[in-house]
Amino acid sequence: MSKANRTIISVVGKDTVGIIARVCTYLSNNQINVLDISQTILSGFFTMMMIVDLSGSDKAFEEVQKELTQIGEEIGVDIKCQREEIFEMMHRV
Amino acid sequence: MINIFEVNETNKMVEEQNLDVRTITIGISLFDCMDSDIDKLCDNIYRKITTVAADLVKVGKEIEKEYSIPIVNKRISVTPIAMIGSSACKDTGDYVRIAKTLDDAAKAVGVNFLGGYSAIVSKGMTKSDELLIRSIPEAMASTEYVCSSVNVGSTKTGINMDAVRLMGQIIKSTAEATKDNSCMGDAKLVVFCNAPDDNPFMAGAFHGVSEADAIINVGVSGPGVVKRALEKVRGESFEILCETIKKTAFKITRVGQLVAKEASERLGIPFGIIDLSLAPTPAIGDSVAGILEEIGLERAGAPGTTAALALLNDQVKKGGIMASSYVGGLSGAFIPVSEDQGMIDAAKEGALTLEKLEAMTCVCSVGLDMIAIPGDTSAETISGIIADEMAIGMINQKTTAVRLIPVIGKGVGEEVEFGGLLGRAPIMPVNSFGCGDFINRAGRIPAPVHSFKN
Repeated sequence: MSKANRTIISVVGKDTVGIIARVCTYLSNNQINVLDISQTILSGFFTMMMIVDLSGSDKAFEEVQKELTQIGEEIGVDIKCQREEIFEMMHRV
Repeated sequence: MINIFEVNETNKMVEEQNLDVRTITIGISLFDCMDSDIDKLCDNIYRKITTVAADLVKVGKEIEKEYSIPIVNKRISVTPIAMIGSSACKDTGDYVRIAKTLDDAAKAVGVNFLGGYSAIVSKGMTKSDELLIRSIPEAMASTEYVCSSVNVGSTKTGINMDAVRLMGQIIKSTAEATKDNSCMGDAKLVVFCNAPDDNPFMAGAFHGVSEADAIINVGVSGPGVVKRALEKVRGESFEILCETIKKTAFKITRVGQLVAKEASERLGIPFGIIDLSLAPTPAIGDSVAGILEEIGLERAGAPGTTAALALLNDQVKKGGIMASSYVGGLSGAFIPVSEDQGMIDAAKEGALTLEKLEAMTCVCSVGLDMIAIPGDTSAETISGIIADEMAIGMINQKTTAVRLIPVIGKGVGEEVEFGGLLGRAPIMPVNSFGCGDFINRAGRIPAPVHSFKN
């Protein structure tokens, strides 16, 4: 798999029922494969991170980014969609 | 694989600590635009800039989105215009025409500053150099985006005191010419010693003669991130303090390296350098003075400031150098007074004086930067301040610069507002004893000896 298609989705906000379900449903509907997923509570906030692969999806990165932001607004959490390299660069020598 | 805490740390740096990439600057050579006909020259310049930098803003925005990292400025630097106009320009008006062409080109591609309305006169001035310098007040008054710089000295050549004297007068005239706009012209005019060819930061950026046809240079930022990291090691030893700054500088610089690499690939223009800088903004928490306070000073300017700044600057370089494949430009912590809330407060409270700022410039990048002084300060006194700062650069083999704004009609205790990233500045007092007989001597200060160091 090309590394360029690896994207980090991060979700931060007030915990509520169905956040993971909502995000995963969107990903599955758009053929976006989840490679890794972790979730915790940080400083009282629901915090989730997913590493996903966009290479099987018909949608462009910007479109996925826009739609996920919209979903975040609907359920009251902040959803970010970023290329993985920025984290690799910053945290790996 | 990246973990959730690392993702969280990076995103917090951006959301809460003002981490950003300060600028992507395309350096563009204008040598192939030269012509003896001024109309043709201006056409060539406009065409070249708008072609090479056509996609700069678009690509910058794409990168911002994909990585969720703000890229505050997209800018252009060009070959020093004194050279480019040397054959075509017969008077100062011809040079102003080039300035207006540069302004139009900057507007067309959507950048917020274009640097390189410059002359390199460290040893002597050609007729065209002098024409360009004399055109600066009108050029600054009739353009919005053009930045100007003049290099008046270097370690190899000494200081061109004729140019230093002239620049005192030019800074005064530029203030007069732009007095209805907060004397803004002088906020876009820098006097240098040992100016680098690859500086991406304004107002001093120009595309030096040693550079390729076009190049991408990136300036990073992040004082807020360093401050936050240091909050966690309050009271710890110098070893821990320095390690923390280094690690943070590494992370900040890596983002710059990524952005530079991406911009270079997408624009098809080679990557030049990363400028390892802590560049403050007037935003709360984005202050280099704030870091100095966190290190342990009550206010920037207190005894210990020069040592703390020296330490900070050195650790930023040590951390940043490994994070980037090529380092250049000014590289260091910036201390512009008007652009740093902590510096503004320190100056207002009397903790920070012009003399202390001069001492601080011995150990950091870059010089007396964005300092407002009384509008009635004489041209000789301004030249005296420039000469002092140039001497520090010449002797210590470092880049130094002066960006002073004599605010016409205002005196000590008053304030001037520039707006945006340029911020606002309290008018600082200047030593009132004269230096006219020194400044009015003709010629240059010889190059220094590099042995017998003291």
